[in-house]
Amino acid sequence: MFSRAYKAAVTLPPLVWVTVFLLMPYLLMFCYSFWSVSASQTIVHSWNLDNYGQLLRVDVYWQTLLRSMWIAARVTVFSLVLGYPLAYFLSFYAGKKKDLLYQLVIIPLWVSYLVRAYAWKTILGSDGVLNTLLQYVHLTKHPLEFLLYSPFAVVLTLTHIYTPFSFLPIYAALEHIPRHLVEASHDLGATPGQTFWKVILPLSIPGVVAGATFAFVLSLGDFLAPLLLGGPSGIMISNIVVSLFGAAYNWPLGAAISFCMLLLVVTLLVFSERLEKKWSFS
Amino acid sequence: MTTSEMAVITTSASDRAGRDSLLSIRKVAKHFGKNVVLRDISLDVAEGEFLTILGESGSGKTTLLRIIAGFETASAGEVWMGEERLDRQPPYRRRVNTVFQHYALFPHLTVEQNVAYGLRVAKRPEVEIASRVAEALEKVKMSVYAKSKPSKISGGQQQRIALARALVNRPRLLLLDEPLSALDANLRRQMQVELKSLQREVGISFIFVTHDQEEAMVMSDRIALLRSGELEQVATPREIYGRPATAYAAQFIGHTNLLKGEVRGGTVRCGLLTWAAALPDGPALFSLRPENVRLATGNSAAGIVRARGRVRHQAFHGATELIRVECADGSVLVVRTPGSGGALNDVELEFTATDAILVRESPERI
Amino acid sequence: MELLVSETRFDSGSRWLLCHTVAVFAFLYLPIAVLILYSFNGEGVGGFPPHHLTLDWYRTLFADGPIWDSVLNSLQVAFAAMAISLTFGVPAALALERAQFPGKALFRRLVLLPLILPGIITGLSLLMLFNVMGSKLSLLTIVLGHGTALISVATTEVFAGLQKLDRAQEEASLDLGANYWQTFWRITVPNLKLPIIGAALLIFTLSMDEIAVSFFLIGRDNTLPLEIWGRLRRGITPEINAVSTIIFVFSLVAIVFWYRLRVRGEGTT
Repeated sequence: MFSRAYKAAVTLPPLVWVTVFLLMPYLLMFCYSFWSVSASQTIVHSWNLDNYGQLLRVDVYWQTLLRSMWIAARVTVFSLVLGYPLAYFLSFYAGKKKDLLYQLVIIPLWVSYLVRAYAWKTILGSDGVLNTLLQYVHLTKHPLEFLLYSPFAVVLTLTHIYTPFSFLPIYAALEHIPRHLVEASHDLGATPGQTFWKVILPLSIPGVVAGATFAFVLSLGDFLAPLLLGGPSGIMISNIVVSLFGAAYNWPLGAAISFCMLLLVVTLLVFSERLEKKWSFS
Repeated sequence: MTTSEMAVITTSASDRAGRDSLLSIRKVAKHFGKNVVLRDISLDVAEGEFLTILGESGSGKTTLLRIIAGFETASAGEVWMGEERLDRQPPYRRRVNTVFQHYALFPHLTVEQNVAYGLRVAKRPEVEIASRVAEALEKVKMSVYAKSKPSKISGGQQQRIALARALVNRPRLLLLDEPLSALDANLRRQMQVELKSLQREVGISFIFVTHDQEEAMVMSDRIALLRSGELEQVATPREIYGRPATAYAAQFIGHTNLLKGEVRGGTVRCGLLTWAAALPDGPALFSLRPENVRLATGNSAAGIVRARGRVRHQAFHGATELIRVECADGSVLVVRTPGSGGALNDVELEFTATDAILVRESPERI
Repeated sequence: MELLVSETRFDSGSRWLLCHTVAVFAFLYLPIAVLILYSFNGEGVGGFPPHHLTLDWYRTLFADGPIWDSVLNSLQVAFAAMAISLTFGVPAALALERAQFPGKALFRRLVLLPLILPGIITGLSLLMLFNVMGSKLSLLTIVLGHGTALISVATTEVFAGLQKLDRAQEEASLDLGANYWQTFWRITVPNLKLPIIGAALLIFTLSMDEIAVSFFLIGRDNTLPLEIWGRLRRGITPEINAVSTIIFVFSLVAIVFWYRLRVRGEGTT
């Protein structure tokens, strides 16, 4: 319907920009991962698989990766557990207040990540709000140490950050379910509980998959929360990468790890997309 | 006989059909905020009856159906089924099933699983479920599609599945919310016949909602005409057509000529038309069906009313023709003739006085 | 129980849901509430209960030069990023919605990838690009980083707006004699006004808050989040609570505004 000139004008600029600033950087990262760093802290362009070998051999790398995945998995589960019933309540029970409540859920999303992570830091510390509160009401005598600088703190903070993220697609999927399907289910004798398990939940699965993917992928690659709250036991894979690009100066190795993460994320995305398609019925 | 007496007789004769009453709607009203959708609806539905609730959009017919199904609660009044208060029960406990306007088939289940849904929820034994589902699919001639998903079958086929899904639960009452409105004309006609014979075969009461008066007449044992939230007339199709109680009923169902006039000393005067009638003095409104008006035959018997006029428009309707005739005083008569002759110009018309039915005014409702 | 009956009768199932909902909202908002509360606390961060209320920390904040420099930097970056993202994001949405070309699927994935990819990957890959190109890191590199990452936001918003657009309107315009360009400017763009404004607002807010990508592309000048980050490394001060509170208020206003815009856009179709 539209002229070729129009199509070209509209397609080329973004295509060029995206190629230069997205595609090429990823390819570059791929190239870097095959290079190495010399003793004098310069990057040597000799092509080899050393970096990947290191990843497999050196314990700390793949152990940290596994720990990161375990943290991400917990964040995913918790944010789904928190987010799904919330979305369900808003979609089916909130009536006129639905809009207002929806705004209330997305507001924390856009309030600086840093602000929220910092808030938890002030709450969980040994002199923090939570510890002093517990001692004030005599529930504990000494500050609870595990609250901060631990994987617990990282999981807690990331759950706080990503619950609205997982809420969004679940809510969208629930809103998408035609109400007369729910009526039909009631009409045929199913109670609201039965209707949920047999009709609403199956039809909301694409939203759940999307939400889980968001939460998992973004948690996995997170480096700020571990830096602020994780302590030595809460280090995640991205922190290793950060140090490789900083003090530990080994860009090629860092690139290798990053590229692996990129592959992992893309694989997850492809997989979850397939899953969503399989479970979408409209 | 007064107009009101006639109206009462017309409705009450069909209300007290000799069969038992399955469903009793008593003084049901419904409003959404300030918006009054239903007003003082009282209606009895007999066992094994095919009742149609007929009305324009906005008349409240779907709301009434939803109240019976349980998706809305009435603002006032009661609904009884047998000895039980139906409106106190949630929809999933009522022995009532619904065929939805857009079928509402579950997209993630196969046709078979859709039909089995109600039985599964009721935890019937699998063997029983299998046989009842097979039987239901057989009845609507959809056995071949048992394993398909709803998205793969056509609208008409989905509609049959929706029917099977509702009927397999052996409800005491089946509600159908404009189920044929999404089908094209030919398929519609075919489904009308099938639905009617299905109802006869299954033997349960059907409440059918539609805005299509032709459909209502073809299928129903009785029609409940709803206008702006109130029942205008409840009667069999023949009665509603032949003896409409109000001007609205006369105009909504089929075509009619509404003759406005006055009765004085036993004579009716409507514009240029006059005839004798044993009615009390006062203003009167008559409904005259176009098929009861014919081109003058030269018959000079008593009780024949004559009129003269010029043909303004002739519409060919296949088996008949609908002719608009303008009389000398500007009033228009619509005449239905067997489509025979060519173009007509000045004509003489006649009709039998008793074919002009006295009807009530239908006042504007807020 | 509500769930489609016009009267609400709550039963045990929905009561649990209500409790859960309240609990989740508490979880989401309490940390922020604590943050704001303690920005007024004379004793500083931590300790319970908060003692004497004061505006001291806000006074310190307003006298803090480097923070305001970083705010200025952030604003410059945000506006520039907005310009880039919209300039490339709007045509990208049009291309995706209207045009067919080889590699369209790959293009779509590439454009939308930064939305879900952890910021570190986007940031690092751009760092390597600048390194290879020999550019020094500065506010400009941050602008390029934000602009690129946020194209996806512009594209998503405008794409959604395009889908709601009734094709018949454009066809009517052509039918009445306008050519493609005229139709574009007279019909398509005005209908995209709301999604574009919404996208701009969102991009601005996200850029002001952005830290993951900026982390790797920072030169001498700090953006606000990075300035705060620097302070955090040195220790917690309630001044940070104060600036966080202000950030919260601004984000709140921006997002509510954005939401109202979006709802208004939906209402007109």
